[in-house]
Amino acid sequence: MSGTVALTDRGAPAILTARNGLLGALSDLFWRKPKLLLFLMLLPPVLWLGIVYLGSLFALLLQSFFSIDEYSGMIKREFTLKTYGELLQPANLDIMIRTVVMATLVTIASAVVAFPIAHYAARYARGKWKALFYLGIMLPLWSSYLVKIYAWKLILAKEGIFNWALANLHLTGLLEAWLALPIVGGSSLSVSFTGTFIVFVYVWLPFMILPIQASLERIPVSLVEASADLGASPGRSFWSVIFPLALPGVAAGSIFTFSLTLGDYIIPKIIGTSHLFIGQAVYAHQGTAGNIPLAAAFTVVPIVVMGLYLWMAKRMGAFDAI
Amino acid sequence: MIAVSFENVSRHFGSVKAVDSVDLEVQPGEFFAMLGPSGSGKTTCLRLIAGFEQPTAGAISIFGERAEGVPPYRRNVNTVFQDYALFPHMNVLDNVAYGLKVKGISKTERIRIAEDALALVRLPGYGTRKPGQLSGGQRQRVALARALVNRPKVLLLDEPLGALDLKLRENMQEELKALQKSLGITFIFVTHDQGEALSMADRVAVFNDGRIMQVGTPQDIYARPVSRFVADFVGSSNVVPPDFVKRHCQRDGWGSLRPEAIRVSTQTNSAGIRARVVSVSYIGAATRLGLDAEGLRLHATVPAGLTVPEQGADVVLTFGADALHVMEADA
Repeated sequence: MSGTVALTDRGAPAILTARNGLLGALSDLFWRKPKLLLFLMLLPPVLWLGIVYLGSLFALLLQSFFSIDEYSGMIKREFTLKTYGELLQPANLDIMIRTVVMATLVTIASAVVAFPIAHYAARYARGKWKALFYLGIMLPLWSSYLVKIYAWKLILAKEGIFNWALANLHLTGLLEAWLALPIVGGSSLSVSFTGTFIVFVYVWLPFMILPIQASLERIPVSLVEASADLGASPGRSFWSVIFPLALPGVAAGSIFTFSLTLGDYIIPKIIGTSHLFIGQAVYAHQGTAGNIPLAAAFTVVPIVVMGLYLWMAKRMGAFDAI
Repeated sequence: MIAVSFENVSRHFGSVKAVDSVDLEVQPGEFFAMLGPSGSGKTTCLRLIAGFEQPTAGAISIFGERAEGVPPYRRNVNTVFQDYALFPHMNVLDNVAYGLKVKGISKTERIRIAEDALALVRLPGYGTRKPGQLSGGQRQRVALARALVNRPKVLLLDEPLGALDLKLRENMQEELKALQKSLGITFIFVTHDQGEALSMADRVAVFNDGRIMQVGTPQDIYARPVSRFVADFVGSSNVVPPDFVKRHCQRDGWGSLRPEAIRVSTQTNSAGIRARVVSVSYIGAATRLGLDAEGLRLHATVPAGLTVPEQGADVVLTFGADALHVMEADA
């Protein structure tokens, strides 16, 4: 057969092929010592993360144990807990509680809104619908953050499209009743905590949808079928099988929405009341007030809160299904 | 009462006829196999019984009750999935007790039943492990226990042994068969493995292109295939053309000639079909010969202990008059 001839006619190949050049020698070296390659690959990012990023963060946190001299406004570089005492003043505690409550509500609302969208994308969307889903989720992330927030200011303003739509639906009374409520209310949505909340949920939603979608995609269809096969109604299957298995995704998403809300200072500044959030307090203290130690103490708060949050999430089994 | 009946059932996905006008009757307490190549519609049939698919046309009855439009969670039918589909976030006991929990059976009661079921599949004391800590064979048993605790009227098994290695598969075949006999539950299982279907089932349905080619006992299917497809797919039969059949038994149609029915003799002066040995492969209990009988390719098996001709040798083939089975259908 001609095929056999073609296979045997070329002469016997060498058993060991020659190494070619310096690159070849390097490849051989890395093949023999894979850990060397790993070390070389990890060195730059570890240096960056370790020294530039974590190092400067640590330096900042160190500042929180210094204090400011009330008369000269100079930083006294001596260990003290005085700044933390200042942090726990009622006015500052208010800021912390306000921020944590807002972050919690934003996280819950994001999860509730994100889940059905993620579920649709993971279970039903195929082909161009899936592409459309990704586009719909990512598109807002590509446009400027500030543009989006100012757009929301216009939407939520008294003369804005939201009020106009409500007026046409004859629901203005409902909005007015809501705005008349204490704390959540205000003279218009754009200057109320409700407005701040809406914009936070809008801006962070993609960070909740994508991890939930990823975790839902990893659930084999057969598990849901098995649940139905064993007599569970769709609702039962959701709470017993789908939700627990998607929980790591919800936890990952909530880490984003929670920490992003804890640290943000632009949204509450543009849309909201004159009451401060942690981010705004940090901005004010390290900038105009020049009180770096207090600003540093404020930045410790989200870190501690996130630590507690992750610890609780782990205890509640959010990461068991990973 | 018939356990599962299909009347003219079709399931089309767009232009693909996954199941096409299938009629089927499975008797209560029967071990029924659906055999066919991948894409032949056997798994879709199983999913139609489970309720994961709805028929495009036709009627499905389970123990006399019409099942179209009935969701899976309202059918007293349970499935052992091909990938076992054990819930990874629950331990083995919770997996097994899931169906009971859904039915609202008390905790002590369901733990007792689930532990009994684990003992039945020879996994006592494995309740606290997670599915991820089990081997493939153990997971298969858990899946079986999880389905059986619900006392289903019909147990569906989708390629249940496909992921197991040979030795384990053979053991599980025997165990499944024994379990089915002792429980008396109707088992319907899907497989593409002819050997598995023939050795385990009371009756076999052979599927191809969304249709059932033949239904019968393993002996029927093996010895008297109705068509070339069945003869080809079940076992390793020689499918012989009509002129060969005409010459040897004066009948019309394609024939099937089992390799083990052919006697191979090296005495070239004796009467019979002249052939040359093209290939010789040793398969343990026998040696399989590839033969060229005047242009016709045949296979024959020579049992261990008899003389095996060498490759290239001239041989004479003979077979008994009843070894050649003439098939009704052309396809």
